[in-house]
Amino acid sequence: MSQPLVDSLWRILALVQKELLAVLKDRKSRFSLMVPPILQILIFGYAATYDLNYVPYAVLDQDRGAASRELLAQFDGTGIFQRVANLDNASEIGKTIDDQTALVVIQIGQDFSRNLALGRPADVQLIADGRNSNTAAIASGYVATIVDAFNAQWPANHGQTGPPVATAMRAWFNPELETRWHMIPSIIGTIVMMMTMNLSAMSVARERENGTFDQLLVTPFRPAEIMIGKAVPAMFLGLTQSTMILLVAQLWFRIPFQGSVLTLYAGLALFLIAAVGVGLFVSSIAATMQQAMIYIFVVIMPFALLSGLTTPIDNMPLAFQYLTLINPLRYAIIIAQRVYLEGAGIGLLIPDLWPMAIIAAVTLSAATWMFRHKVA
Amino acid sequence: MSPPGVRVPAVAADGLRRTFRRDTGEIVVALDGVTLRAEAGSLTALVGPDGAGKTTFLRLVAGLMAPDAGTMTVLGIDVAREPQRIQDRIGYMPQRFGLYEDLTVQENLDLYADLHGVSAADKRRQYPRLMEMTALGPFTGRLSGNLSGGMKQKLGLACALVREPELLLLDEPTAGVDPLSRQELWQIILHLVAEQRTTVMVSTAYLDEAERCGRAVVLHQGKILTQGAPDEIARLADGKVFLADPPAGQTARGLQAHLLGAQAIVDAVPEGGRVRFIRDGAADARVDALAQVAVAPAQPRFEDGFMTLLRRAGDSRPASVVTLDKPPERQGDGVVVEVRDLVRMFGNFAAVDHVSFEVRRGELFGLLGPNGAGKTTTFRMLCGLLPVTGGTLRVAGVDLRRARASARQRIGYLAQRFSLYGDLSVVENLEFFASAYGLRGGRKRARIDWALRQFELGDLARLPSRHLPGGYKQRLAMAAALLHEPALLFLDEPTSGADPLARREFWQRINALTEQGVTAIVTTHFMEEAEYCDRVAILDAGRILAQGTPAEVRAHARRQEGREATMEDAFIAIVEEARAHGHPEAGAA
Repeated sequence: MSQPLVDSLWRILALVQKELLAVLKDRKSRFSLMVPPILQILIFGYAATYDLNYVPYAVLDQDRGAASRELLAQFDGTGIFQRVANLDNASEIGKTIDDQTALVVIQIGQDFSRNLALGRPADVQLIADGRNSNTAAIASGYVATIVDAFNAQWPANHGQTGPPVATAMRAWFNPELETRWHMIPSIIGTIVMMMTMNLSAMSVARERENGTFDQLLVTPFRPAEIMIGKAVPAMFLGLTQSTMILLVAQLWFRIPFQGSVLTLYAGLALFLIAAVGVGLFVSSIAATMQQAMIYIFVVIMPFALLSGLTTPIDNMPLAFQYLTLINPLRYAIIIAQRVYLEGAGIGLLIPDLWPMAIIAAVTLSAATWMFRHKVA
Repeated sequence: MSPPGVRVPAVAADGLRRTFRRDTGEIVVALDGVTLRAEAGSLTALVGPDGAGKTTFLRLVAGLMAPDAGTMTVLGIDVAREPQRIQDRIGYMPQRFGLYEDLTVQENLDLYADLHGVSAADKRRQYPRLMEMTALGPFTGRLSGNLSGGMKQKLGLACALVREPELLLLDEPTAGVDPLSRQELWQIILHLVAEQRTTVMVSTAYLDEAERCGRAVVLHQGKILTQGAPDEIARLADGKVFLADPPAGQTARGLQAHLLGAQAIVDAVPEGGRVRFIRDGAADARVDALAQVAVAPAQPRFEDGFMTLLRRAGDSRPASVVTLDKPPERQGDGVVVEVRDLVRMFGNFAAVDHVSFEVRRGELFGLLGPNGAGKTTTFRMLCGLLPVTGGTLRVAGVDLRRARASARQRIGYLAQRFSLYGDLSVVENLEFFASAYGLRGGRKRARIDWALRQFELGDLARLPSRHLPGGYKQRLAMAAALLHEPALLFLDEPTSGADPLARREFWQRINALTEQGVTAIVTTHFMEEAEYCDRVAILDAGRILAQGTPAEVRAHARRQEGREATMEDAFIAIVEEARAHGHPEAGAA
């Protein structure tokens, strides 16, 4: 290696060492790097679930036949549906929903058993409390599943012909796992993004505010060296946090890891470069730490909302769908899910990897330029 | 105002003791058995080195903390028992007065008036008087963040005065304030004492300010060394103070450096081209450095008495001579820094307006001027931190903003504020900056050892640098700037806020460095410090008003009665004249 390059690497090493020392020396900052991510993953794992495990329901059974009893037994057998009332009259339905006695009412028509016996379609009516549309939709989904299952079983049990459909059931009846499995791999990117962006956004702004940045700029450090020296420690800390979250996911929540660790870390590393790039860019334009904090808050919220974590990207207005393309978190979530749950290899992930490389290249170069050109 | 008939002292402290615990667990004694009285209507100065306990004492008077032992009675009230009753009757201006920078002058004043429950009638009566006194009248609509340092201090003072306190406590009100603003602040203080009969207690690092007070209290390491009238304290140095004319071929600061090295000399400072020094004890002790020198006795000043006291108290004279391992070659005296018609605009405002000067190798060049004169802006351009709007500059042959990064290896930069990493220890800071300058392995270790030894930082090596006492922070910053042995040093207000001892120590170090061939550019607003420089330039409002050797610049001063003109007299004359003539062409010396 040529001498200038060696000198440059030594300088970068010194800066990396200094940055890590500044963060890890302080007990409070060590704590804030290590404990909140674990708490967040536990909270998300338990609290952020779309699954229902208690659905109070009422029945208006106008059939009172063998088939209707069998169907209702299916509901009661789930452990999720709790029958809170047996209605005698359609006029009672409104009140039951209004006062939130039941989340759903199942109305079985009087011809239900007869129609089934004759092999004719039979109607089950579902009335759900639409005030909480999300919960209502999920509960309706459960009802539909139970009815589907009943549809599949009834003919078989009663000597009638029909396609045996039984496979879709198990996942539905393991709904707790369903959201958690989906959620936890996605949350890795979200949690480490918040931390690394904050850390890198503060790093230059703090030095500007304390006057140490000038001191740094009058040494032989080049802007690119400062950029690398600041990006590497933040990435390193981000990867450490990712590891902790992955360990919790596997050892505590027991979500089996399907893919290659190497592939996942390659994806996460690229994602962290992009996140640190955004953070450093914000930091390079902020004059004070307070400004940096406000800017980064303004950036993190849309990144989290437009990532596909909570709402599917396909459901967003088209303009927002395009916006998600410059959001590194969008790609990180896809990569984490696909590697973790599907075991996707690196070849399949290339469409999600290169956009992050471009985001990183743009933000990091902009930050580097700003280091010297911002007039404080 | 004391109750009629009874003469209650405004402040009466008896056997006060106060300790603090540092983060590292060690106990620091801030005040140790302090007993003093300040009569109503008096003006008392608290002087002493950093860490002497001046601020702690003022905070105890204000009832902001309680003593560990002893009693404090203010205006006849026991402070520890009824702090609120005291606080309703006094005004306290801490070192960093809490002005709201996003509020205007008027809004700040209103806020403090309302906080103290000043009635509308009192406000109407008080405001015009305060505005007249502080000359802030034309600026009531300006954001206080946009005021100059001196104006901020005046506004802080106005806020402290808004409810007509009986006792006014001022903690270093003139620290970091230029000579003109300092003069104005003192006029206000003297006016308050003379006209309003306000009792004032003021701590200060400027010893000439103590001379203006009725009484001075000299604190040192939490104890009172002496208290009395300033001229009484000055008389402690009676018959020991002399002025020496440097012989041909020697500069005043060269002679001063020699004198400081001599055993029998208590103190030596350059003054008006000569050296003022204090002899120790027996006047007949031989001082080699004075063999060829014409010496005349001089009238002792407060500062001379103060220095004598501190030496007697065992504060060892700073042996602050820095020796470089590898001094820069001294061949020739080529131009190291060349500045031509330098301009820097911020919007429509010319922070630096056609400034030109040259600095030669081994020279100590001073940039003097009030706050906002453009000193720091000039520095930042020289160091490549700020692009120039117009003109040219060359530092060690290059423009540092455009030159390769390695060109910065040749310069050392000491910023105005302490700007090292506060969380890192002394040694970690040194290690980082050593690596930043490309030092490695044995060389790096040797340089860090050198720095710890030369700046006497060895005992504090593991302490986080933000916990260092003020003077040591300064040393660490300078050590870090010298690790790579730069040939050129930029020092931006290195002595601002430093106590008299730390300032002597600093100049001694700089002196030693320039003797070894280092070139240094220094900004300061301690005018007497200009005497240490080979050449100085006086800046105001972005322009150079005068430049030359200290003697040449001093010649601008108006005649003073009974004493020789000082640099401060010259400075005030030059700036006032330039301002009166709306900045005519810079009158170069």
